Amino acid sequence: MCGIVGLFLKDKTLEPKLGAMLSEMLVSLSDRGPDSAGIAIYGATTGNEAKITVQSPKPDRDFRGLDAELAKAIGAPVSVAVKSTHAVIRTTQDRVDAAREALQTLRPDIRIMGAGEAVEIYKEVGLPEAVVERFDVRSMTGTHGIGHTRMATESAVTTMGAHPFSTGADQCLVHNGSLSNHNNVRRELIRDGMKFETENDTEVAAAYLSNRMAHGKNLGEALEGTLSDLDGFFTFVVGTKNGFGVVRDPIACKPAVMAETDQYVAFGSEYRALTKLPGIDNARVWEPEPATVYFWEH
Amino acid sequence: MPANTMSKAERDQSHARVFDLSQHSLRELNQALHKLTPGSNETAWEVLNPKGSHSVAVGVDQPVSIDVRGSVGYYCAGMNDGAAITVHGSAGPGVGENMMSGSIVIKGDASQYAGATGRGGLLVIEGNASSRCGISMKGIDIVVHGNIGHMSAFMAQSGNLVVLGDAGDALGDSIYEARLFVRGKVESLGADCIAKEMRPEHLELVQGLLDKAGVTGVKASEFKRYGSARKLYNFNIDNADAY
Repeated sequence: MCGIVGLFLKDKTLEPKLGAMLSEMLVSLSDRGPDSAGIAIYGATTGNEAKITVQSPKPDRDFRGLDAELAKAIGAPVSVAVKSTHAVIRTTQDRVDAAREALQTLRPDIRIMGAGEAVEIYKEVGLPEAVVERFDVRSMTGTHGIGHTRMATESAVTTMGAHPFSTGADQCLVHNGSLSNHNNVRRELIRDGMKFETENDTEVAAAYLSNRMAHGKNLGEALEGTLSDLDGFFTFVVGTKNGFGVVRDPIACKPAVMAETDQYVAFGSEYRALTKLPGIDNARVWEPEPATVYFWEH
Repeated sequence: MPANTMSKAERDQSHARVFDLSQHSLRELNQALHKLTPGSNETAWEVLNPKGSHSVAVGVDQPVSIDVRGSVGYYCAGMNDGAAITVHGSAGPGVGENMMSGSIVIKGDASQYAGATGRGGLLVIEGNASSRCGISMKGIDIVVHGNIGHMSAFMAQSGNLVVLGDAGDALGDSIYEARLFVRGKVESLGADCIAKEMRPEHLELVQGLLDKAGVTGVKASEFKRYGSARKLYNFNIDNADAY
């Protein structure tokens, strides 16, 4: 199974409630996957600043003094905001790669969840309620976000095996389904310079999209490519810095429901996930067509 | 999708037993429905606030009427045996799965495999149905006012599927003896499914189903019939090399 949600706001007045709305949507699908849960939220961008979301198995040890040590290593200002096992590191955009590299030696146990100007990613083993509570997701502000609750099939139940997967700046993906040609696609992507953290099939889909976009495709074109290049069952919901996309494989046995009003575009594995959204009774509600790419951009 | 189109006064007047799923559990509802005995006076039920719940009114085996005010999730009205169930909203996957008898009306859209394996009764979908509508149907009648998705009536064995709109890819793949009637265009036919002549008995059959489903202004003669070419029924020795 697995449950996935996505919410793309059109109405700026809802932005302070994004975290709360997305959390409710995800929690309502808890019985679709008890193994792990995660959420990616795209917040306001501040021009020159970039964020790196990191996770540590020993946050007390790894996050203490990290700001000063990292700032010294990369020669740029750094702030570290700790949330439970995760921390959001802020620095200037031109020092992100340097910071990622420095982290490998300064804190070898730290894992990078994702990076970009807008995105923050929080994911852990456990039920959606525990995960959104742990990271105080309900208080988060943003323009759009995606979430996932996992019933594992293709790889281990670990923090790194949880969704969303992020393989490019401000890019992330959640997946309901299973891919059957992920080993081959992973090999091809590695040959093209992509890096992988796990054996997970969904990470391959995320990296596939990042790779296509790095080769100049837009989100819609990259999603279109999944239909011919990825084999298996999938409903994907994808976020980029200013966009939000959905695609289902041609068989389309993994469920999907969408709703659109003047205020938002919302995605849920089931209608249940959408019932608490404002104005849902008068929203346009539909099931996305198989093998059809949908995407919205701010 | 109006969640509740009836005023309180209207509800009081209707004398229906009202079951609010925001106040009571789904299990309480289904157990109350299962406890009904022949001749019960509780013949009208109304379910409020389903909010996408799964398995609403499954396994009802008495001829009662049930109005569900809002949209439901998976498997609504499954195994229905005699009840008249109306969903005033849309339905998730597997609505009316394995229905035995009675009727189910979906005022909105239905998700995948609506009416799957149904053995009898009438399923009416007033909106669109998605993929695999009527998969492995075994005697049920299904009338869809809108379109149906791909792989509908896959391995359909008996019964009738009437579609006022269009049908998606691979209609009637590996079909047995179910009859398919489509008024709009068919994206493609599945293996062993072919177009067939509309004979007088088919016109009569379709007209009867349109009438039962409350469809007006549509003539039976506007439909095309599809069914089995019966080429997959027996092993063809010329295909032995393929195995």
